[in-house]
Amino acid sequence: MMFAAAALALLVALGLALSRALAGPTVFDRALAANSIGTLAMLMLAVFGFLTGRPEFLDLAILYGLLNVIGTIAVLKFFRYGDLGDPGGAEAKR
Amino acid sequence: MSAALDLLSWALLVAGGAFCVIGALGLVRLRGFFPRTHGASVIDSAGAGLILAGLLLQAGWTLVAVKLLVIGLLIFFASPTATHALANAALERGLKLDEHGAAPSKR
Repeated sequence: MMFAAAALALLVALGLALSRALAGPTVFDRALAANSIGTLAMLMLAVFGFLTGRPEFLDLAILYGLLNVIGTIAVLKFFRYGDLGDPGGAEAKR
Repeated sequence: MSAALDLLSWALLVAGGAFCVIGALGLVRLRGFFPRTHGASVIDSAGAGLILAGLLLQAGWTLVAVKLLVIGLLIFFASPTATHALANAALERGLKLDEHGAAPSKR
């Protein structure tokens, strides 16, 4: 029951963050909302594992968290250099 | 003892869910990118920490508790880093602030 309450609150928060990701005027708003959605999805996975009595879902939550950070940094690098393969460092290039 | 742990776990989970909703509301309602990072920070710190603490009380001394601690450490270290990188990138791009935010610092 307590896990269901927490899962409901997390679903509401996910919906709000999703609306910001869809409506955000700049790309940074969308990236910030996507990062928050990743964190909320990690928590949702953990709570869902407890809700269904299968704590193995925590492994998925760890994997999702690792991918979330890499994804955010990759999006930032793409919008800064326009190329994921760019070595960076050359600040004066643009 | 078990009832007390359940009660404490209830309180932590409900408080964590409330902080998650509050942070998401801030993400939606605040104006401008830089104020919105505060809402995201509430989700990352208070919401995630309280919910993981509530789950930790239910897990007991098992491998599940170790995994929950790993998730907590991951959020604790990675989320502020990602938020800082986002804010830094927005500042570098010269994102304009509205009247609710401070002026960007001269460098």
